[in-house]
Amino acid sequence: MRERLEQLNKEALEELCHIGNSQLVQDLRVKYLGKKGRLTEILRGMGKLSAEERPIIGQLANTVRENIEQKLEEVKVAIEKKEIEAKLQRESLDVTLPGRPIQVGNRHPLTLVIEQIEDVFLGMGFTVAEGFEVEQDYYNFEALNLPKDHPARDMQDSFYITEEILMRTHTSPVQARTMEKMEGEVPVKIICPGRVYRRDNDDATHSHVFTQIEGLMVGENVRMSDLKGVLLEFAQQMFGENAGIRLRPSFFPFTEPSAEVDVTCMCGGEGCKICKNTGWIEVLGSGMVHPRVLEMAGYDSEKYTGFAFGLGVERIAMKKYDIDDIRQFYTNDLRFLKQFNRV
Amino acid sequence: MFVSYKWLANYVDLTGISPEDLAEKLTRSGIEVEGIEKRNQGISSVVVGYVVSREKHPDADKLNVCKVDVGTEGHLQIVCGAKNVDAGQKVPVALVGAKLPGGLKIKKSKLRGVESKGMICSARELGINDKLLPKEIQEGIFVLPEELEKGQSIESILGLDDAVLELSLTPNRSDCLSMIGTAYEVGAILDREVIEPTIDIQESDESIEGKVKVSIEATDECNRYMGRLIKGVTLAPSPMWLQNLLIAAGVRPINNVVDITNYVMLETGQPLHAFDYDQVPGGNIVVRKAKTGEKIVTLDDIERELDEEMLLITNGEQPIAIAGVMGGANSEVTGDTHNILLESAQFAGSSVRKTSRKLGLRSEASLRFEKEIDFHTVQKALDRAASLLAELAGGKVARGIADAHVSTPEENWVPLRMSNLNNLLGTQLGIEEVEKIFTRLSFHYKVDGELINVHAPSRRKDITREVDLIEEVARLYGYDNIPTTLPVGLNTRGALTREQGLRRIIRDIFNAMGMDEVSTYSFTRSEIIHDFASIYKESEPISLAMPMSEERSLLRINLIPHLAETAAYNLNRKQRNISIFEIGNVFITEEKNITKLPDEKMTIAGLLAGNQAEEHWGQSNIPVDFYYVKGILEGLFTRLGIKGVSYKGAEDLKGMHPGRSAQIMIQDKKVGYIGQIHPVFAQKYDIDETYVFQLDGEQILHFATAHTGMIPLPKYPEITRDIAVVVDGGVTADELRNIIEKTAGSLLESVTIFDVYTDAKLGENKKSIAVSCSYRDLEKTLIDEEVQKVHDKVVAALAQEYGAELRA
Ligand SMILES: [Zn+2]
Repeated sequence: MRERLEQLNKEALEELCHIGNSQLVQDLRVKYLGKKGRLTEILRGMGKLSAEERPIIGQLANTVRENIEQKLEEVKVAIEKKEIEAKLQRESLDVTLPGRPIQVGNRHPLTLVIEQIEDVFLGMGFTVAEGFEVEQDYYNFEALNLPKDHPARDMQDSFYITEEILMRTHTSPVQARTMEKMEGEVPVKIICPGRVYRRDNDDATHSHVFTQIEGLMVGENVRMSDLKGVLLEFAQQMFGENAGIRLRPSFFPFTEPSAEVDVTCMCGGEGCKICKNTGWIEVLGSGMVHPRVLEMAGYDSEKYTGFAFGLGVERIAMKKYDIDDIRQFYTNDLRFLKQFNRV
Repeated sequence: MFVSYKWLANYVDLTGISPEDLAEKLTRSGIEVEGIEKRNQGISSVVVGYVVSREKHPDADKLNVCKVDVGTEGHLQIVCGAKNVDAGQKVPVALVGAKLPGGLKIKKSKLRGVESKGMICSARELGINDKLLPKEIQEGIFVLPEELEKGQSIESILGLDDAVLELSLTPNRSDCLSMIGTAYEVGAILDREVIEPTIDIQESDESIEGKVKVSIEATDECNRYMGRLIKGVTLAPSPMWLQNLLIAAGVRPINNVVDITNYVMLETGQPLHAFDYDQVPGGNIVVRKAKTGEKIVTLDDIERELDEEMLLITNGEQPIAIAGVMGGANSEVTGDTHNILLESAQFAGSSVRKTSRKLGLRSEASLRFEKEIDFHTVQKALDRAASLLAELAGGKVARGIADAHVSTPEENWVPLRMSNLNNLLGTQLGIEEVEKIFTRLSFHYKVDGELINVHAPSRRKDITREVDLIEEVARLYGYDNIPTTLPVGLNTRGALTREQGLRRIIRDIFNAMGMDEVSTYSFTRSEIIHDFASIYKESEPISLAMPMSEERSLLRINLIPHLAETAAYNLNRKQRNISIFEIGNVFITEEKNITKLPDEKMTIAGLLAGNQAEEHWGQSNIPVDFYYVKGILEGLFTRLGIKGVSYKGAEDLKGMHPGRSAQIMIQDKKVGYIGQIHPVFAQKYDIDETYVFQLDGEQILHFATAHTGMIPLPKYPEITRDIAVVVDGGVTADELRNIIEKTAGSLLESVTIFDVYTDAKLGENKKSIAVSCSYRDLEKTLIDEEVQKVHDKVVAALAQEYGAELRA
């Protein structure tokens, strides 16, 4: 029996060295170690052995079993490893092929800028007020200190519909209406975004329709220094922490004192093509609300003061994104619109 | 306004201030300088030469060989091609080594074998704007006045050692439409004194009385009219210095009389007009309004018809000038004129504006009248011009002034409270500092405690109330010096309204679904305005009174035409997959001619065409279809928490495919529509199969609901049962769903349609719909028998209501 066991051990180990797939491993386990396997068959003869021989042969049989089992395991692991490798090999991809496109759309660049500006002022406690694109002459001009024969208003420059109704030329009528509605309550802290219209021929820098955001703050003791502070905050949030502002005296019928406001260019003031090497870009008109405008809206101009400002969204977007033609905003070429896919 | 630096320096000391410095300082204190032009465009070594002789070039017909004396260097031989060159002329000569504008350098040369040492120049070659020069000078060499010294540098003679500042004036600062007004501004900025020209008028013994009579009939349109009589003038070209200053200011020199009136206008801001006294019978001047149909031939020899709004200067009978706009040919100053009737008047700005617009005649003079001129300058300018006519045209000024005036403006004193000043600006200025600023401005003032009473000079008509003075102080103190603070004690909560917030969410949702936002024009044209069904009540289109073009003459009432045009634009540029939306206003009214503001309806519209996804190597292209677009809307409504949405097939939506369009209802209210653009309309816009939707934004925002808390996750399992039924083609999914929901009762959790198909085998006009019903009891585990009972009822109901046959 000893010889048969040793023979079995040798045969099994040799056979296991040559097999190549995991199914065969299973087959060999059955063949050698199964219930009807060769080892069992040999051990059936145990009964005929003497009492001295039995433990010795028993031990040998166990050793053989362990040997085979160990080999079986080794072979199995090796084969599985090979098989996985082969599978991975088969499954490998050309990772340079393009991925499946997940469609994401973009906001219009004007919307991006409007929302950004809204957020800046929301953060400073302003709310967003909206009004009508078709307005009464009264709110568009008269309530803003532009009486009918004022030289600064020219019928030629506005799209009138009737003598009393026109396309608003700025979003200031929203300010006039808001103040009127608040009936002398303070503070008034609003920004007014929206479309406005001017009788301009469309070209690279003019558009008969464009977008404006105006702001208004009225209360007790609102100072020009506060206007500077609020606009500096705006400039830094829009154009970077190091941006500065520069005010230049100007004229608007509805503010006094009035100022044009320049903001440090995105080049950091070094000078570039966008700022025509001045380091500054002109982005805002502003000033202290004219007392007559307050009075017409029912506010006591001796008690309350305020500031107002207005900016062109297209202009800011053009500077911010280096866009050279204002008509791009309204042509809606998808190749243009799809560029605004980053924050 | 063009301001010559040299001219300005006559009134205010500019020592140490370059034109560039001056421009910067002006701009920073409120008078924007748009540009600086050096009058010398790059010339050097150009001198006055005397043409000693001129002979024809031996080998070239068109060339002349000149001998030119330039003083120091003896006679130079210069070949010149100009027709007008001749012996005895003084001309500008560019010497060998000279530089001309554009970098041209003069060298010794040979022209057809003849040596030439230099060049005789035209005005243009010297970089002078020759449009302002007489025609004969434009066409040839620049012939200079005879009295000039040979060898003198041309720069000082032509006033080229000067720079011109172009001011861009805001409407309130018409005081700077004059050199003296500008000088006051510069004086205030630099803190330097302004010296107005002294007027030294030598009147003759002859009195104006009885020779000129002035009366004003139109007292609303003319407040003052003054005339002086200057006799014995000799018309001639003005001296070079005067011509140079006019050219610098962009005004064409004509003759001494006209030039003086222009010069004084530029200096003082007061337009003047010179009549030929002998053509004004009796020297009689009546200022009145025109009669309807009255006519006048103006200086430009055009007969103009007048109306009763226009203001005229007449000789008592016929018009001799349109007040402030243009003189008449019948009283024009000509070469035969000896005696001048000089007008200086104050006409109402609005009258001059209206007249000059109507006649299309706008001039330097009308521009100044329009902005209202200064009452107190009327006489000053008259006297100044009269004294110059005596000095430069040899005239004798008759004693006295013919004067008519309606009213004298009151002295303008404006009080300023120091507390208001500092409160408005956020500054802490002391009274002395403020006084100093008014002194710089040449404003008189009286101090009374914290009150400063300021006398605003009549040239500064813009100063009428306290805030106007505060602005003067602020800009001269310097906006840069005003502190930067944040508002105190006005804390408020900044937040979007619900509607504003939702609008941003709608954009987010569309973006997440791959749709790009567009922004189209608000104006449209009649050919397309009615192409597609409106989602609002029928609207009359609103027309602009004066559109820029027919193409943009109406206010839009519908977004779809604009989106369709956008699609066509992009298709033309090979952008085939289009998925766009716009949120914008349309303008709705029932009035044919509006008397009140239209309804501005915030509208949400979308357009999709092409494939659902970009082309990709790993998947086939799936075109956009009705259900893709509907899916977008379903996603939108879900995200907005809008419940009770239904779609009703609509066959009669203008511009839409009758079988592929639906009204969208929310809780039985029409809120918009969805569908495919009718092929005929698609063809009109040159687009392919295209799907659109349009929603009433206000309604959408109205029905949106906030999140109402979490629904607990189920504790017990569901059981699903699938049914496939064959029904008539006309039976809708909604009908089946309704029956199922009604019949199944509370155990039914959801119904999912998972397959729809038609096949000839099913029978004529039949379709198969496969539905998966999911049942669940929230309280306990369902058992099969319970479900089967309910489900059997569902099957029975389907069979009964729609003749649905159950398929295996
Ligand atoms: Zn820059």
